[in-house]
Amino acid sequence: MSRLQVVSGKGGTGKTTVAAALALALATEGKRTLLVEVEGRQGIAQLFETEALPYEERKIAVAPGGGEVYALAIDPELALLDYLQMFYKMGGAGRALKKLGAIDFATTIAPGLRDVLLTGKACEAVRRKDKSGRFAYDYVVMDAPPTGRITRFLNVNDEVAGLARIGPIHNQAQAVMRVLKSAETAVHLVTLLEEMPVQETADGIAELRGARLPVGRTIVNMVRPEVLDAGDLELVRTVPRAAVAKSLSSAGLGGARRGGNAERLVDPLLAQADEYAERYALEQEQRAVLEELGLPVHELPLLAEGMDLAGLYELARELREQGLT
Amino acid sequence: MSRPEPAHTHDTARQPHHPQHLSPARVLDLDPLLDDPKTRIVVCCGSGGVGKTTTAAALGLRAAERGRKVVVLTIDPARRLAQSMGIDSLDNTPRRVKGVEGDGELHAMMLDMKRTFDEIVEAHADPERAAAILGNPFYQSLSAGFAGTQEYMAMEKLGQLRARDEWDLIVVDTPPSRSALDFLDAPKRLGSFLDGKLIRVLLAPAKVGGRAGMKFLNVGMSMMTGALGKLLGGQLLKDVQTFVAAMDSMFGGFRTRADATYKLLQAPGTAFLVVAAPERDALREAAYFVERLAAEDMPLAGLVLNRVHGSGADRLSAERALAAAENLEEPRIVDQEGGKAGLRNSPETYDSSESPAPEASAPDEGSPAVTDLERLAATDEPQPVAPHLERSVDQLTAGLLRLHADRMQLLSREQRTRDRFTALHPEVAVAEVAALPGDVHDLAGLRDIGNRLAANRPELPDPAAGA
Repeated sequence: MSRLQVVSGKGGTGKTTVAAALALALATEGKRTLLVEVEGRQGIAQLFETEALPYEERKIAVAPGGGEVYALAIDPELALLDYLQMFYKMGGAGRALKKLGAIDFATTIAPGLRDVLLTGKACEAVRRKDKSGRFAYDYVVMDAPPTGRITRFLNVNDEVAGLARIGPIHNQAQAVMRVLKSAETAVHLVTLLEEMPVQETADGIAELRGARLPVGRTIVNMVRPEVLDAGDLELVRTVPRAAVAKSLSSAGLGGARRGGNAERLVDPLLAQADEYAERYALEQEQRAVLEELGLPVHELPLLAEGMDLAGLYELARELREQGLT
Repeated sequence: MSRPEPAHTHDTARQPHHPQHLSPARVLDLDPLLDDPKTRIVVCCGSGGVGKTTTAAALGLRAAERGRKVVVLTIDPARRLAQSMGIDSLDNTPRRVKGVEGDGELHAMMLDMKRTFDEIVEAHADPERAAAILGNPFYQSLSAGFAGTQEYMAMEKLGQLRARDEWDLIVVDTPPSRSALDFLDAPKRLGSFLDGKLIRVLLAPAKVGGRAGMKFLNVGMSMMTGALGKLLGGQLLKDVQTFVAAMDSMFGGFRTRADATYKLLQAPGTAFLVVAAPERDALREAAYFVERLAAEDMPLAGLVLNRVHGSGADRLSAERALAAAENLEEPRIVDQEGGKAGLRNSPETYDSSESPAPEASAPDEGSPAVTDLERLAATDEPQPVAPHLERSVDQLTAGLLRLHADRMQLLSREQRTRDRFTALHPEVAVAEVAALPGDVHDLAGLRDIGNRLAANRPELPDPAAGA
């Protein structure tokens, strides 16, 4: 099991939720995980129903069996000042740089450096050991940028190592790449059973492979329950309206004759079944596309009551049951 | 599809004053906005995955088919959506879309940010200097798409299109940002950076070089350069310095353009549409956006709420549908009496206090229900129903009811989420767009969405309820 788990996915697929559930799942049975947020959206704090996360590692949840989940929202500016202090003992110079706008420059106008700092911080957490030589965290889970940018994000250190051909940034960038390209790392892609996210997943996997970054698994999120199976859908096409009206009536929903309450439900209910059938067919198509990508595919259910803390634990249990941990 | 048109179901089963409908004051009527010659720019923004690009394309098509000359600037369209508009070749120029009906014109383009950046450089520098910039490694990384560049280039392209003044209306999609607000901030950031002292620090050594430069720099600044060199590595700093020096003459231009584009966004001819889906996160982001736009004096036209679900049978509650489904799924409980529903249930009302679950459990072989069924089938449908079908029909009907219960639960969840937003922002007009089962791949699909977008007229009932 790789110690750095990177979770990416198209916007709107719920990658933050999956990352959080994975962090919980990996913490089960007394392990300690760090959940890292790099995009400054405070999505993790919202999920765990706590106040905004500061730039410090902070315990946010307890997993079944005594495990602990820590969370860290990386602030690129503070991360840069950290580095200046750590590598150069430049606390004061850092403040001066900030005044000049250099920090702003480094973290926004040249966001490549920002990505270096973000990945660097995550890799530092992966490698960190306590006094007894144990790893500080058993696993680090990163809620990473979306699929469209993930390869560039993870590969930025290669680029920067090329740009900054010598110096500490160069060395740092190379050290980070060694972690990211090793078996220590696995990049998972979250998708929905819809055409665009699946297409983006396929593209993302090709890009990651092209950059020789370790691709992990495909996680299909928000899978709707199968209410009608293929046989039901076959019957929907041929069933006489009157028979359905009759059946509705027998269930106590009113009269089956034309204009009766049960009869008037038939068309809307069958129309909903048609929509379901159309979506069902599309979903089956997308499942087939995902299977062809050659990665293990996992499915997480759509939570009927919407996403909350209890739902997060449910998804974590689901991930464990499916052997993701 | 073998089913009757949804519009038909609509008529048979809707109730006129269902509580899910928006109050008229909050309904966003899009056609007047699109038709108004004073509307020159529509910006579609919102978080990722809510259908921004599709909304932008559908609005563009609708405006064109209502007679305007429109260009749609998309940032990162899905392949098939791009193909549907004939812009799958990425050449950074608007192309006319074929198949548009009516007198208007629709042009569409996909942003190529590197080329946009290159074009600015070429337009503002003499060929020699331009070549130096384009060949600079730092420039190559910056322009090839570090996060932030895309936002700036999208705004730059918008400014260019507007300056050409060839179109009545520009509809622009915004980049799939980590935050929906990045595109507002990116040009400003560039502006403040270009204004900053850092530029001068970076410029000084490259411009005047070595010792001569020292007299222009105070000690602190030279220390900074040293620190930067130490941090970035000498070569990168040199690349940055060369880049900045080469760009020096262009900075004025850059800044002016960034400022002009920003002002354009505040101008009266611009309308912002915040796009969202009826989900908690998307609407939270939308609320944030609404607040930011207000703070920046950016004109907000309203919220487009995509993928709203409805039901033609919305007066049958989830609870009741589930109870009825359970009833059908217990085969031995549905007795002969149950078969003649009219005897036990008051057939024309739903608020009968009687429980739909019968107590008796007599077997129903050869039940009168079948005769009843056949008789009904004979009157309503040409083909008779074989008795063995009844069981599977019951199972199917139970499935239909469960499907309906899911739909109703989704509906009420979406409604709660939306109501939370409208309670916070009662001033924001909302247009709801019914969810489609599949993706859009052609102009007909876009036209359909355009119709759904514009169907939110105050005097009409909510179209989402029938989808």
